[in-house]
Amino acid sequence: MLDSVIFYFFAGIAIVSAVLMITRRNAIHSAIFLITTLLATAGIFLQLRAEFLFISQIILFVGGIMVLFIFVIILVRLDVPLPQVRWRTQKWIALLVTLAVGMEAGVVLWFARKIPGQGLIFPNPAPADKLHPNTEELARSLFGSYLLPFEIASVLLLVAMVGAVVMAKKRIDA
Amino acid sequence: MSPMLHSILAFVQAWWVELLCALLIVLVVPLIAVYIALVERKFMADVQARPDSTRVGPHSLLQQIPDALKLLFKEDLIPANADQFIFWFAPVLSMTAALTSMGAVAFGPWFQVARDINLGLLFAVGVSALRPLGIILGGWASNNHYPIIGALRSTAQLISYETTAGFALVSGFLLAGTLNVRAIVEIQRTDQAWFVFLAPVGFFIYLIASIVETNREPFDLPETKSELVAGSIAEYGGFRWLLYFLAEYANRIVVASVGTTLFLGGWLRPFPNVRWLIWLDAAPTLLLAAVGAYCVFRAGKQPAREQSLFMWAVALACFVVAAIFALAAPFGHLPFELMHNGLYGAFWLLLKVSAYIYIFTWLRFTLPRFRFDQLMRLGWHILIPLALINVVDVGIALALSSEFGLNRWLSMVITTVATLGAAMLLLHWNDKYADAASAGLLADSSVVEGTHAG
Repeated sequence: MLDSVIFYFFAGIAIVSAVLMITRRNAIHSAIFLITTLLATAGIFLQLRAEFLFISQIILFVGGIMVLFIFVIILVRLDVPLPQVRWRTQKWIALLVTLAVGMEAGVVLWFARKIPGQGLIFPNPAPADKLHPNTEELARSLFGSYLLPFEIASVLLLVAMVGAVVMAKKRIDA
Repeated sequence: MSPMLHSILAFVQAWWVELLCALLIVLVVPLIAVYIALVERKFMADVQARPDSTRVGPHSLLQQIPDALKLLFKEDLIPANADQFIFWFAPVLSMTAALTSMGAVAFGPWFQVARDINLGLLFAVGVSALRPLGIILGGWASNNHYPIIGALRSTAQLISYETTAGFALVSGFLLAGTLNVRAIVEIQRTDQAWFVFLAPVGFFIYLIASIVETNREPFDLPETKSELVAGSIAEYGGFRWLLYFLAEYANRIVVASVGTTLFLGGWLRPFPNVRWLIWLDAAPTLLLAAVGAYCVFRAGKQPAREQSLFMWAVALACFVVAAIFALAAPFGHLPFELMHNGLYGAFWLLLKVSAYIYIFTWLRFTLPRFRFDQLMRLGWHILIPLALINVVDVGIALALSSEFGLNRWLSMVITTVATLGAAMLLLHWNDKYADAASAGLLADSSVVEGTHAG
């Protein structure tokens, strides 16, 4: 009961602020609503007892990435309204993509309705007090079973970072 | 009884200790913050060889209360072109983040709001990552150049040094093997060593990063008074300014308690396992009684009768607390163990946190301010690489002692020496780079003129 109240509370905040993020004209206001969305998602993680995901969502996305977003918005003065014309043609493509994704979700739900129980398959969830500490479990799977993909991903990110630095340098020289 | 009321009652019954702790934090932390500010004023007066204010209460002990009231009753100004909502919201965000992160900090073994969350210290660190958001939004909403420059500076600074502090904390977490606050302290007891001795470089990096994160001099670039008026909070006055002020001091307390818990043994007495040092348990009583005696001594020298009366009251309070400690001392066993441990743990933790904050103040009035490019170079060219090397070295030391059976202290000494060698190398490279860079800066005379440290 309490769990679902918490879930719907955070889910409602997430959806409303996601919509507001898109509709606001002021870039800083959009960024603030994006932060609200991220925080609400973090709340959902916490409700699912994924406390490590909760805190890394806050540290990385809200404390790191979003602060940098706002930094860039202020630095290049994106809060002055931009010419909106350029993106007008994308509206129809966006609508198409949204419809496709929506249909996908609908099809999944339609074909899942015959499965007994809730309709969707949940690999039987453990009760909340029997869960292992989330941080340790995550570390075990990241550095145990999924070590190679993890390392590949980190090398990829490093390559991307070095590439970004190199490209930025070139532009200054030119 | 309505079901609503019933469920609220059940909630209170289940969580009353946590609620009480949270209430205490919200009520007491502003008071502590205000008195830290008083200590700072006294220290500043002492360093500058001048008397501080002496009128409001003996030694102006009550000065901060009318100061706070003045701020409360000031006219509430919002600049006409400011973004009204964000201007209102930003200080609240700062304050909320600071107080929330205090929830995971344990002031003694039994005083902690979020008692047994596995996140522990990571929660405190993570939630205080929201603080730059309050500063940058406040600076932006003011719609003024100086606050915006201050906000940009503070964001760059906080992001860089949060990374540094994070890596420094990782070296401590590696030693502890857990994030849970109580487990971290217990491990320092059973290991018979504070982690500052096992990872000295990690603690040193954390100390520097925590000064930068709390915007203290010599790193107070976001609000350099001689350059930016007051930085990101220049447009704030009255109660909103007070919120920023309290958030900053609360954050200082959080940072100090995280450092204390992880590196300085938390609420453990110094040498908790040494039998013949058990007399240290009498230290709280003796210290408080000494403070009380000093107050009695000073009471006779006050210029006015009210002031000496107040001094007597302070002395009485000190004696009462000392008596409580003395009475609790013999109850170190089972039925009263919780009370005893809580009381003495809180004393030692607060003592260490105060020492930590005192170091902040000390540095503030000792060192001149850094230039912004120097600050950034210190962060990105020296501290972050050093923190990374330190994490790897602490890991190697742990592996040496657990896999190869090497003595723990020996392996720690070896890896610390390796880290220090790396630090020397980094400093050497940086010196070469800095010479070239400052040659470039000197060519640009406008930069040189802006470099005098306030």
